Amino acid sequence: MTRKTGAEVRLEGIGKRYGQVQAVKPLDLVIEGGTLVTLLGPSGCGKTTLLRMIAGLEQATDGRLFIGGRDVTLLPAGERNVSMVFQSYALFPHMSVLDNVAYGLVSSGMRKRDAHAKAEAALETVGLKGFGTRLPSEMSGGQQQRVAVARALVLEPEVLLFDEPLSNLDARLRRSMREEIRALQQRLGLTVVYVTHDQSEALAVSDRIVVMRNAEIAQAGTPEELYTRPSSVFVATFMGEANRVPGTIESVTGGTAQVAIGGMRVGLPDRGLQPGPADVVIRPEAIRIMPADAPDTLPATVSRATYMGSHTEYLFATEVGELFAVGPQRLSRHREGEQVRLGLDLEGVVLVAP
Amino acid sequence: MKSASSLLIWSAAALGILVLPWHMQQDGLTLTGLVGVGQEDAEAASALWQAVAHRRFWFWPVIAALAVALPGALPSGNARARSAFLVWGGLLGLAAIVAQGLAIGVQGWSYPWLTEMFGELDDRQFGMGLGGTVAFFAFVLLLTDGLALRGYFRGDRFVSGAVGVLVASILLFTAWPVLTVLSQMFTPRGDLGVAAAFADRLVDRKIWGLACVTGNVNCGVFWNTLLLATSTATAATMLGLCFALIVTRTGFPMRRGLRLLTVLPIITPPFVIGLGLILIFGRSGVVNQIAEAVFGLQLGRWIYGFAGVFLAQVFSFTPTAFLVLIGVVEGISPTMEEASQTLRASRMRTFSAVTLPLMLPGLANAWLVVFVESLADFGNPIVLGGSFGVLSTEIFFAVVGAQQDFGRAAVLAAVMLVVALVAFIIQRAVVGTRSYVSLTGKGDVGLPTPLPRRIRILAFSIAIPWAVLTIVVYAMAMAGAFVRVWGRDWTPTLSHFQRAFALEWGPTGGLIFSGGAWHSLFTTIQLAAIAAPVTAGIGLLAAWVLTRQRFAGRTALEFALMLTFAVPGTVIGVAYILTFNIPPLEITGTAMILVICFVFRNLPVGVRSGVAAMSQLDKSLDEAAVTLRASTFRAIRTVVLPLLKPAIVTALVYSFVRAMTTVSAVIFLVSAQYEMATVFIINRVINGDYGLAIAYCAVLIVLMMSVIGLINLLVGSRRLGRRQAAPPALPAGGRA
Repeated sequence: MTRKTGAEVRLEGIGKRYGQVQAVKPLDLVIEGGTLVTLLGPSGCGKTTLLRMIAGLEQATDGRLFIGGRDVTLLPAGERNVSMVFQSYALFPHMSVLDNVAYGLVSSGMRKRDAHAKAEAALETVGLKGFGTRLPSEMSGGQQQRVAVARALVLEPEVLLFDEPLSNLDARLRRSMREEIRALQQRLGLTVVYVTHDQSEALAVSDRIVVMRNAEIAQAGTPEELYTRPSSVFVATFMGEANRVPGTIESVTGGTAQVAIGGMRVGLPDRGLQPGPADVVIRPEAIRIMPADAPDTLPATVSRATYMGSHTEYLFATEVGELFAVGPQRLSRHREGEQVRLGLDLEGVVLVAP
Repeated sequence: MKSASSLLIWSAAALGILVLPWHMQQDGLTLTGLVGVGQEDAEAASALWQAVAHRRFWFWPVIAALAVALPGALPSGNARARSAFLVWGGLLGLAAIVAQGLAIGVQGWSYPWLTEMFGELDDRQFGMGLGGTVAFFAFVLLLTDGLALRGYFRGDRFVSGAVGVLVASILLFTAWPVLTVLSQMFTPRGDLGVAAAFADRLVDRKIWGLACVTGNVNCGVFWNTLLLATSTATAATMLGLCFALIVTRTGFPMRRGLRLLTVLPIITPPFVIGLGLILIFGRSGVVNQIAEAVFGLQLGRWIYGFAGVFLAQVFSFTPTAFLVLIGVVEGISPTMEEASQTLRASRMRTFSAVTLPLMLPGLANAWLVVFVESLADFGNPIVLGGSFGVLSTEIFFAVVGAQQDFGRAAVLAAVMLVVALVAFIIQRAVVGTRSYVSLTGKGDVGLPTPLPRRIRILAFSIAIPWAVLTIVVYAMAMAGAFVRVWGRDWTPTLSHFQRAFALEWGPTGGLIFSGGAWHSLFTTIQLAAIAAPVTAGIGLLAAWVLTRQRFAGRTALEFALMLTFAVPGTVIGVAYILTFNIPPLEITGTAMILVICFVFRNLPVGVRSGVAAMSQLDKSLDEAAVTLRASTFRAIRTVVLPLLKPAIVTALVYSFVRAMTTVSAVIFLVSAQYEMATVFIINRVINGDYGLAIAYCAVLIVLMMSVIGLINLLVGSRRLGRRQAAPPALPAGGRA
């Protein structure tokens, strides 16, 4: 594992059709070397198909694909320098863990003894030293996951692909495994493409996130960009809880838009929008309960307050519709039916085109 | 990383064209005969040498194609250009081989218009041999390599090659022969032209006549066949359902014994039942003798005709329907029936309103399976039919009888083919709608509802006597081997076995197999043993391609494959002798044609067991292997095959056993040198030598039972040994 930085993956107009069905619409995407990029989206959005096209398990019907500058569009999976960790791990049940990890090396023509030595080293990297003689069935889910990672890593691929690798693990293990994967990727400088439908997983591990919807890219950017500046209501709601309320842009001056939300007026970055109706996306944690005399507030009624231990969840009825809010514990003294006034922390509010 | 070069395949093509003798060698191949360069005799020369030294100009296009493909086969160069060379070279080579093979036969030009165009040809050529075969398949692979290089089949040369070989084999050994048969319908006869001869053959009272409705005459064979197949299918389905209900829905203590019935049709040579019935109901049968002795009644020969064939077929095919219906009844989710009962339905109402409707598509499927089996059956009608002719026997008599009328055989075969294909298409449609018979795979909780009392009584009262009767028929059939002359001389004897399987010590001390049956037994075992691995191999490959690969035309390939299975054996038999009796593929009378026939007749077994096993295997296993730099071939060898061992064994055993018991197609293809056991037996039956025939059947049954038992033992113990490793075979979604 000597390589410092993984290879760049460049997709130029890559698309996939099955007969009439467009599984992935032609799209462009550059994945920089040494970064971890997540493909995130609901099931059926085309993210797994896209990953399998990079792996060479599906043939693109449109466009060209470059890995490390080399055109691999027509190359079969085995001749691309990529490895993949499967959702089901796909460990060969009839081979020992060591044979599993060494499989790719032996396939590429390495002598079995050398391959085993290298496989031992790879197992050590993932913290499974001395487990080589076991069968996959004799290991726990998390251990099997590590074997699958070791098996992919040992080939020193230019690109490492993960297809929902943590979906078979329980919640606690998932958290620690994703941190391990991230640490490993950074330590070895790997290029990783990672498919998941879990936004918190994506936020935790990614350098960049590509949100997909209906076979195309909805938005690509850093986790922070996607969370704080979503380009659409879909991205906003997919990247976490969000309220969508109708607003009106009254004027735009110097990049700041004056927006009316019901009776409340706020100044927000205009994001290129013109005066007129627009959607306002409000994160639940951006809603504050204000003193009665504060300016620019929205009158509301507490219609539900749910005590959640670490915080309290509120549902407010307002003139612009229901608002979902998360407040710190001390606010739990507001009762259902109580009249309050709401203010906004503008960090968590963003304008999107209607 | 390996270089994806087609040089090896190109070298094979070059070997086939430049070095190996192109044509079939009458006296077999010798080691020195392998080099076809510099041969005096044109027939022993390679294509190149024939073109150069013997002025056989028609080989130049083949050689040119080889040259075209060369730049594509070299490992360097632009992929697009290479693929163009390969594709065009391959296509040109195939076209050139097919064209020269079809154009020039034993009497010069094969078609008059060629003579007109090029003038008389005072040369001729015989059937294609080693060189031609190697060159043909090498060109197929060059073509598929070219397509893979162009990005088809996900760029996978192994997959494209496998598909290419499958397609080529289907075309060669099913489509071409069947089309040849059909074209025979249009050959002129006597002073009749093409259309008139065809019309005369097709509108034949012997096929379509309905005289039996009004008078005491036989109807046309078409109606005979239809009537027989319909009645057999109905009766066998009802009986099969009774058995299936008893086995799956009652506490009957001998359920396991009944299940053994399903093995019978696999190991029974097709005419054992017929023989058993003759020994019971025939003129000198047990029943007739008793009737005459006790009541002075002459029961006559009613068993020869519709009644006998019908009875024999119902005995033969009830186990098949039973086997299909066990799956159907077990596939019905008990929760549905429990739901029905909680909704205050009685057991009877649950059965009639829920269970039965859910089974309907399955019942229809079983009916059609038996219908097709009855249609294709040859053994029972030939033994018991008498003057009651059905399509399969009429085809046989049209070919081997005094008439030798291939045109008539072709028409009959075409009629049979159409009926079989219609049944096949209906069956596909029916099975397609079956999806709602819960196949979730999730463990359905709940207990199957016991049968309503009335249904249970009905099922038992039909099934148990029938089971007993089946045992009696088999017992009688076996007993017939041990008496001197059934019905006349009841002296126990082993003389039949002795005539068939006598062993003597030769004067020099060696063992002499002097019995009359040894030769055919050895040939059968030998050819079946050659065919079995080929069948299993091609079948599993086809199953793998169909379940694991997605490519343009996959559905078409699947449909073509299934369609070839629907062609009745008799049709295939006639088609093979018509097609392979003359160049370019002159293999009638050889062992090869028998092996090919076995392989393509039994392929469905291999494909089905392969598909079943493959769908149990997580697809990402082979994908993982491929992303781990394994070539597709290595992925299959190291991952798929080891996990498929039980399926492989099953396919091997069944193709072996079925090759030993088949009769319909091979009866046309045997020769004095290569005689098959079943054909030997049927000839004894036709000569009235029942004793020896039965003795031989008994030996075959025992032989096959021991083969199946032995293999089951091996597979069973293997599965036990793998238990620790077994759970992760399905890691998908599982949490270890």
